[in-house]
Amino acid sequence: MTETSLAHKVATRKSESRSDDGAEALLEVHDLRTFFYLRRGVLKAVDGVSFSLRRGETLAIVGESGCGKSMTALSLMRLVPEPPGKLVGGSVNLAGVDLLKLGEQAMRGVRGKDISMIFQEPMTSLNPVMTIGTQIAEVLLLHEKLGRSAARRKVIDMLHLVGIPEPEQRAKEYPHQLSGGMRQRAMIAMALACHPKVLIADEPTTALDVTIQAQILEIILELQNVLGTAVILITHDLGVVAETAQRVIVMYAGRKVEEAAVGELFARPLHPYTRGLMASIPRLGLMRGAGIDTPGRLQEIPGIVPPLTNLPPGCAFAPRCAFADERCRMQYPAYEEKRPGHWAACWRSDTLYGGGDG
Amino acid sequence: MADARARPAPGPAVAPPMLEVHDLKKHFPIRRGILRRTTGHVLAVDGVSFSIRAGETLGLVGESGCGKSTVGRTILRLIEPTDGRIKVNGEDITNLEKAALRPVRRRMQIIFQDPYSSLDPRMSAGDIVGEPLRVHAIDGPRQRAARVAEIFARVGLRKAQMDSYPHQFSGGQRQRIGIARALALEPDLIIADEPVSSLDVSIQAQILNLMMDLQRELGLAYLFISHNLAVVEHISHRIAVMYLGRIVEYADKQTLFTAPLHPYSESLLQAVPVPDPAVKRHKRVLQGDVPSPVNPPSGCHFHTRCPYAVERCRHETPALREVRPGQLVACHLR
Repeated sequence: MTETSLAHKVATRKSESRSDDGAEALLEVHDLRTFFYLRRGVLKAVDGVSFSLRRGETLAIVGESGCGKSMTALSLMRLVPEPPGKLVGGSVNLAGVDLLKLGEQAMRGVRGKDISMIFQEPMTSLNPVMTIGTQIAEVLLLHEKLGRSAARRKVIDMLHLVGIPEPEQRAKEYPHQLSGGMRQRAMIAMALACHPKVLIADEPTTALDVTIQAQILEIILELQNVLGTAVILITHDLGVVAETAQRVIVMYAGRKVEEAAVGELFARPLHPYTRGLMASIPRLGLMRGAGIDTPGRLQEIPGIVPPLTNLPPGCAFAPRCAFADERCRMQYPAYEEKRPGHWAACWRSDTLYGGGDG
Repeated sequence: MADARARPAPGPAVAPPMLEVHDLKKHFPIRRGILRRTTGHVLAVDGVSFSIRAGETLGLVGESGCGKSTVGRTILRLIEPTDGRIKVNGEDITNLEKAALRPVRRRMQIIFQDPYSSLDPRMSAGDIVGEPLRVHAIDGPRQRAARVAEIFARVGLRKAQMDSYPHQFSGGQRQRIGIARALALEPDLIIADEPVSSLDVSIQAQILNLMMDLQRELGLAYLFISHNLAVVEHISHRIAVMYLGRIVEYADKQTLFTAPLHPYSESLLQAVPVPDPAVKRHKRVLQGDVPSPVNPPSGCHFHTRCPYAVERCRHETPALREVRPGQLVACHLR
């Protein structure tokens, strides 16, 4: 262990999300906590998550079902169902305004205007009895104070921008008349209609076929470049992460377990869970020159995610971790900067994978 | 029509095909109006041929609506084929009566994608797994329980869990129950329809490993239906790529993933995101949507999206033919 990483150990959790290259942070999330008060106990869906997002950046949040990645997104949008959910603490600063302190009325002015979200299944998030055009125009009429005909023109422009052919025709159609890929494009058009500062994309391509997925990811990245939108990409697909994100946060059981620039994370994962995830995915190895014999056993992560209402006292991953010791089971590991810009919450990563730059 | 039998087996042993499918077709009628008149057909499966040998895994890949699941269900005669032949160990089962089909069905089982909706919520896990044994009147109740316990251990479930109900299991465990049920009758072939698609990746690895272990130990053959190319590459020996009801390419895994010949297989492989940020690829994204199987494009179904399509592709349906040894491709240009 080097002196620098020792010095970082004393850094408190407060400073963990500071980005080190000095660029202005557009969105600062600090110690976000979203709990659900259920009959069987308190479910800590999001427990102390902090991060920052720069203009035009793509930040991926990865993890398996129930890790809190979608709940983090809904918390930012203030869309957590209350009750039983409750935003119990933290702050979400978007360009200097703490969204968690806004009243519902003010928040409505922010949603769709400054921060937008697209969901996994566009069919369930679009209104089935309204035409695509009317739905997109609704956002514009609400936030942009445009007249009807100006709004209609803008709608056509947006549909054109997301690559929907014959936008004038499509604007008059209902969601069920469009294919899954076209619906997702319409969702993106709606989300970006007011040029929001932040776009949250929650598994935007999971329900789509792989050739359509490639189209949609391309559109998101293209528009991000054109409009300068910062994107929070929530996904379980490490392939999508590797190809689209600049920074990655790995979540497990409601907390961040690792965070780094995408190249660093894939080259040197420091948390056993991240390593397990990467080893457990089958890869198209043959295509990239691996031998025919490679498909042996996939590395499994044994067991399942513990129930969030009954988390172990120590590291939540300890029951599934091959390297867990007594301390891991008893004490939650500090979230520390193990290497420059690379944070992880693991007692054993230094011994296992080395600290510093060795 | 190219015949899958015609080519020499790439595997080490030349085993007789466990399953042979010849020119299989399934056209679903579209009925409209109060008279339920047939106004058209969905050409879900439109002339598909392949074979699977004992102990082998054939991966059937394609995007949603390409007919891959219908192929699986038609083989089991859960859906009646419109045309074509299905042979199991050389025996033609296409026109067998229900009673005659029963012993055949013992040899072929199916695992579904969604372990949540494919298990009866009111039956205990033990009863779910033991039900096929009861239906086929194999063993008395006591022996049956012993056998179910044995299968439970085999798929990595605890014996004590036999009395639990589906909702008490996690997704991965439920898929294990589905596999246990399929194994109960000691089948030769399991049709696995997207068995890991609804599972988290860490759990997906557990199920894939289990399926591969079972294949090694029991000599099972799999028809592995999936849209996930990486998963298919991992588990399959040979692969058939489907597009709008037809097989467009059929080859062993090595060939298909290193030297795909059909433009669709090529774009499909290119579209898969690579989980390695160090890999910078030139990606050519396939444009357009999959056309509807109700009125599929004329000629080659893929011509509307194909970057290489020429006039001939619009009029003439390409036959699946052996372009390189062991590699069958349905494309005029190859």
